[in-house]
Amino acid sequence: MVERETPQLDSAELSRYARHLSLPEVGKEGQLRLKEARVLVVGAGGLGSPLALYLAAAGIGTLGLVDFDEVDATNLQRQILHGTKDVGRKKLDSARERLADVNPNVSVVTHDVRLDSSNALEILGSYDVVADGTDNFPTRYLVNDACVLLGKPNVYGSVFRWEGQASVFASDGGPCYRCLFREPPPPGLVPNCAEGGVLGVLPGIIGSIQALEVIKLLLGQGNTLSGRLLIFDALEMNWREIAVTRNTSCPVCGDEPTQTALIDYEDFCGLKAPSKGKEQGMEDSIGEVGAVELKERLSSAEPPFLLDVRQPHEWDIVNLETDGAVMIPLAELQDRLDELPTDREIVVYCRTGARSQSAALLLADKGFSSVFNFVGGIHAWVDEIDPSLPKY
Amino acid sequence: MYGHVEIRTLFFASYKELLGTGELQVDLPEGATVSDLVSALRSRGGAFTALPTEPAVAVNLTYTDPTSLLSDGDEVALIPPVAGG
Ligand SMILES: [Zn+2]
Repeated sequence: MVERETPQLDSAELSRYARHLSLPEVGKEGQLRLKEARVLVVGAGGLGSPLALYLAAAGIGTLGLVDFDEVDATNLQRQILHGTKDVGRKKLDSARERLADVNPNVSVVTHDVRLDSSNALEILGSYDVVADGTDNFPTRYLVNDACVLLGKPNVYGSVFRWEGQASVFASDGGPCYRCLFREPPPPGLVPNCAEGGVLGVLPGIIGSIQALEVIKLLLGQGNTLSGRLLIFDALEMNWREIAVTRNTSCPVCGDEPTQTALIDYEDFCGLKAPSKGKEQGMEDSIGEVGAVELKERLSSAEPPFLLDVRQPHEWDIVNLETDGAVMIPLAELQDRLDELPTDREIVVYCRTGARSQSAALLLADKGFSSVFNFVGGIHAWVDEIDPSLPKY
Repeated sequence: MYGHVEIRTLFFASYKELLGTGELQVDLPEGATVSDLVSALRSRGGAFTALPTEPAVAVNLTYTDPTSLLSDGDEVALIPPVAGG
């Protein structure tokens, strides 16, 4: 076995970390702990940006990043790890470059994969602390369960429009994400950042809280958010703190866990592809249509009824009204079924196809016999049919 | 007001969005539980029916299970999971 070299701080580091070294809670010993630490940031987006930037600046020795996405112009309003020149590049390339400039002492390890049940334990396993900055439910449940199984603290943050949540899970006998949210929400009820919007500063605040909690966990200083869920309302500038204890009957972290391995999280969150069929084969009763085929059908002698289930402010940005689209937001659909034709095909669309999938399922459930989901939504329409329309 | 409890019900994030309001006063019979409150909300119809039958709930800032009894003046927060990052 190779003897692990006792890390030291050279004169440049002593100078770089001078304001930490002056803090009695950090000092030289604490700074060396940070240097020895391995932290994994899942997602190099809105939360991942302040997380990675502050953790690198703080001198975390090994900083892992998981992401497989590319920088998009719509990311720049909040993802301050990436710049205008990075649009179109891999987020990991852009992040590596930026972090090397922030602190060249940090060893940045990039994992260019979509985290899933087949790779999560191996990737998370080599880190001391995991910070969850993902943007979807399947990955959140996956990261939670993997952290519980591995016994790694999961520093959690998430954002929606003007609201944020933060906590520390699977740490020090405290609860996990599943103790709090046993079941994922039905797909479509909770929109993601792209569909719901998010104020750019908000992930900056929540991600910074996550970075702070990571550092406290590593230093063993202060009180962490374990057992507390912070809820931040940025519009009202109001913080709420909810006390949460570990649920002894939690399926993953309870006294007698019923789930002792990772599962299929897409399936758990009800996001399996329609053709796979989930409950009562209901997905089989809705069809799928792509942009090109939809365009053809709309110009046929018997065009389908085109239903837009987005929000009015999204409709105002771009819509298919000239092709006959009618808007009924998803939340109102259940109460406005009488506005839909029963003798025509119905094609449902939204921004990218997720909400329209829920809407199509709802319609099929309510007895509409010929319902199609426009896969890819208005995004696909802009890409494939009319690039002059705005994409948001 | 014998026999009734007045509950200050708060909705966060997507629930607030769904229902178009962040706060509602709900009047329930004495002895009502968290689960009774959720049923009463869901039975209002419309968007309320989209609330889950067992949402994450905090009573007076403490996470609570559905069988907990409610008292007059309690503040009940319905907390949706949020995934944005
Ligand atoms: Zn748990």
